[in-house]
Amino acid sequence: MTEPQSALLDQPLARSRRGEKKLVVRHALVTRLTHWMNALCILILLPSGLQIFLAHPALYWGQYGADSDHRAFEIGSDQPDGGAMTGFLRLGSKKFDTTGYLGAIRNADGDYEDRAFPGWATLPSERSLAEGRRWHFFFAWLFVGNLAIYFAFGLANGHLRRDLLPSREQLRPRALLADLRDHLRLKFPRGEAARQYNPLQKLAYVGIGLLLPLMILTGLAMSPAMDAILPGLVELFEGRQSARTIHFISASLIVLFIIVHVVMVALAGPINEMRSMITGKLAISKEEEDEPHAASAP
Amino acid sequence: MSRMLLPRRKFLGLSAAGLGAGLLGGCDLMSDSPTVEGWLNSAESLTYRVQRLLGGGRSMAREFTPEDISPVFKVNGDTEVDTDEYKALLAENFAQWRLRVDGLVARPLDLSLADLRNLPQRTQITRHDCVEGWSAIGKWQGATLSSVLQRAVLKPEARFVVFHCADFLERAADGTGQYYESIDLIDAFHPQTILAHRLNDAPLSQGHGAPLRLRVERQLGYKHAKFVMRIELTDRLDQIGRGKGGFWPDRGYEWYAGI
Repeated sequence: MTEPQSALLDQPLARSRRGEKKLVVRHALVTRLTHWMNALCILILLPSGLQIFLAHPALYWGQYGADSDHRAFEIGSDQPDGGAMTGFLRLGSKKFDTTGYLGAIRNADGDYEDRAFPGWATLPSERSLAEGRRWHFFFAWLFVGNLAIYFAFGLANGHLRRDLLPSREQLRPRALLADLRDHLRLKFPRGEAARQYNPLQKLAYVGIGLLLPLMILTGLAMSPAMDAILPGLVELFEGRQSARTIHFISASLIVLFIIVHVVMVALAGPINEMRSMITGKLAISKEEEDEPHAASAP
Repeated sequence: MSRMLLPRRKFLGLSAAGLGAGLLGGCDLMSDSPTVEGWLNSAESLTYRVQRLLGGGRSMAREFTPEDISPVFKVNGDTEVDTDEYKALLAENFAQWRLRVDGLVARPLDLSLADLRNLPQRTQITRHDCVEGWSAIGKWQGATLSSVLQRAVLKPEARFVVFHCADFLERAADGTGQYYESIDLIDAFHPQTILAHRLNDAPLSQGHGAPLRLRVERQLGYKHAKFVMRIELTDRLDQIGRGKGGFWPDRGYEWYAGI
């Protein structure tokens, strides 16, 4: 890792054709490598996780939970005698008709099949708990190792504290509101301010930085062997079934993060943003911002 | 440049969508490749080694109080055994049933239910975790497996304990499909590993595996073989069933089900 670790190092590396842009070092090599390994792992863990969830698409709170116990959440199907199958999602006492999308999915013959998620959302697409588990646990190990490397380097080189932790200034309501306004106007910093993450961005990254380890901890809490090795872990989540529920909620929030993350990359300039995460270099305007940006306040 | 950006954006979006679909479709294909299968399966031995290193034979599954017991303990797998031999045994309340202990032992045994009740007993209220995702808490009582194995006297080459069951969860063309499971000696001699004949203060019902069910508390439910008829000590698993050490392991599930 001989590269500069900080986006803040002033290193004009190149000029664009029009001469008003410069390339600055944005992401350290270890950040880029772990980012893409993380992306690959999540791309596998989400659909293989849904495959596992197909086997029992219901969530409970507490130590135990099975068919006759109270379900906090459920995806299922109803089929009256001789009638058509309908799919539903139930959250508490609210039941939503999700026929065709969740619970009752059309199979290759065009008939409805009792299946929580469609084939495109699960890995493998066919129903196979055994194969889903194989994919999930292999990539779970990679995910754990990758995240450990990321956090070890991030703590050691100061990346987490310097680049991701919001400053006191950034957390002021005025700064947050100004940043929210900028986001709503799709106004992104292009100049020097782009070297630093803005407050909402930092909060999103801190959030994902907490959700990813939470996935590991709730995942481990579902392992009967781990529960014997580390009884405090499963108790932290109030039981194995609540750990499973938190695992699912946390995964859903990660999906939400990914959607916002990808949309933001697309809006902020996909070529520039993708380049910064591949080569490490981000193009920023040489001129000062025409409007001072809330996030750039020292 | 801005004129070029839109097509490029569209191109990037389309490639990303294509990549996603291609990747998952590719994963389906890769699932069937023996090489990829080998890689994926390597996670199991890593899990096994790490969990054994951390917990080994000493860590104990949590034991709960009577208030924690599930109102209904879900019945899963085979709910009844459809063979004449089993039906005859059941009709006589298993008076004629004997647990055969053989294989790599110095003293093969035939134990009646009364014999098993006279061995050192253990009662434990534990959580049962099904591979499907649900859990149920129940109170199990039975003879410790270690006491049975001590009486049979293991030969030094014995490495696995195989549980042969009465039920056929599937009748496959190759003759396999009879339920069986196996564990290593670490789990076999673990104090919470018992041959349960009672659940929630009543004799085991057929659905829960009468007359005898293995409890191996730090692993998932499918390892807890029901309707146990015979215990075989062996040094290898590749000559039993389809060679993976259990009915579900033969069908792609992990032999080590600690996770």
